[in-house]
Amino acid sequence: MSLFADPFALLGALLVAVGFAGLVGGADLVRRLIGFNVAGSGLFLMFGGLSGRMLGAPLPTGPDPVPQAMVITGIVVALAAIAIGIALARGLETVAPPDE
Amino acid sequence: MSALFDWLLALSALALGLASVAARSRFAAIALFIAYGVLVSLLWVRMGAVDVALAEAAIGAGLTGVLMLQAAPGASAGPAPRLRALPVAVAAATAAALMVAVADIGRAPGETLGARAMAELGRAGADNPVTAVLLSYRGWDTFLETVVLGVALVAVWALAAEAQWGGPATARQRVRPAGLLSTFGRLLPPVGLVTGAYLVWTGASAPGGAFQGGTVLAAMWLLAMMADRVAAPATGSAAIRLLLVAGPALFLAAGLLGTAFGTMFGWPPGFEKPAVLAVEFGLAVSIAATLALLVVGPPQLGR
Repeated sequence: MSLFADPFALLGALLVAVGFAGLVGGADLVRRLIGFNVAGSGLFLMFGGLSGRMLGAPLPTGPDPVPQAMVITGIVVALAAIAIGIALARGLETVAPPDE
Repeated sequence: MSALFDWLLALSALALGLASVAARSRFAAIALFIAYGVLVSLLWVRMGAVDVALAEAAIGAGLTGVLMLQAAPGASAGPAPRLRALPVAVAAATAAALMVAVADIGRAPGETLGARAMAELGRAGADNPVTAVLLSYRGWDTFLETVVLGVALVAVWALAAEAQWGGPATARQRVRPAGLLSTFGRLLPPVGLVTGAYLVWTGASAPGGAFQGGTVLAAMWLLAMMADRVAAPATGSAAIRLLLVAGPALFLAAGLLGTAFGTMFGWPPGFEKPAVLAVEFGLAVSIAATLALLVVGPPQLGR
């Protein structure tokens, strides 16, 4: 399989890197969380893209349902993590407002 | 032609993701992130994964966006990300390693799990294979996922000051009586309630389900709270707490009942579909309440 067989998995791989750079390089807590989320959605896209490829021909109902269900679980758990992150960031900024 | 469209879509998503991570102000970053989420959702549609696309649009873009906007009251906090050598080097190395994997992985040698999931669809109680995986094959996993949502809510509430524990959550924005938020707060919920319930109902046989429908219901409750049409609930109220655990409890009870029919989370033969639908609706109500309260945040923090 070539790297450029379809855009989905390749895009996912690049987004993981973009998100990671935002996660560790950002000075602002909310934008770090955005980086975390971009990396997460990149990972999901990679998973979805690669699973479509592994299946060869799609099933009669479309792509492989098992990775789809796992990605839906992942999206929901990512939201739970972000909610805790935002609540922590808001709490921190109430105690120590960001200087600017 | 459609391949060209996919590539353009992917490039746009990459550009928006980059722009969001590198944005100068916090508000711009969040706005770009929401637009990015919508494009990612379109990419899932292009892959044929409509269930995931619905979840990404509703949760990944919509609810996450609202959640982040709560933390940006007019703030353009912090400078733009600095490009330090080490993070960029690690990110580039990660990208390179992942691209090697993308280039290397091809067709699976044997039968995939998906093919086996399709073969047993009749006993799983749902014609939509994604719902079958979520509620039947991987029922234990999905049950624990709903528990994770509840634990996350407890963690968020635990950030409240001691005196505010159990107090009302605050979702109210400044609402002008005839303004946009007030109007939408009245117009949208009836439509959204029907849409959300439909998505849960149809999830057994078509794209949709408890998470997607539950998120739409959560959004409607949030909208009504933000527009000051309904009061935010007291987080200590027994009724609210019961609402939060009812869905997972129903799911667990149904799962345990399954042991009578041979396996944990197995459905009674002949009643597979009613069982799946009952669990879906129970879950959707609890998921809606949990997600809405997660977005609202801890009771009275810093107000």
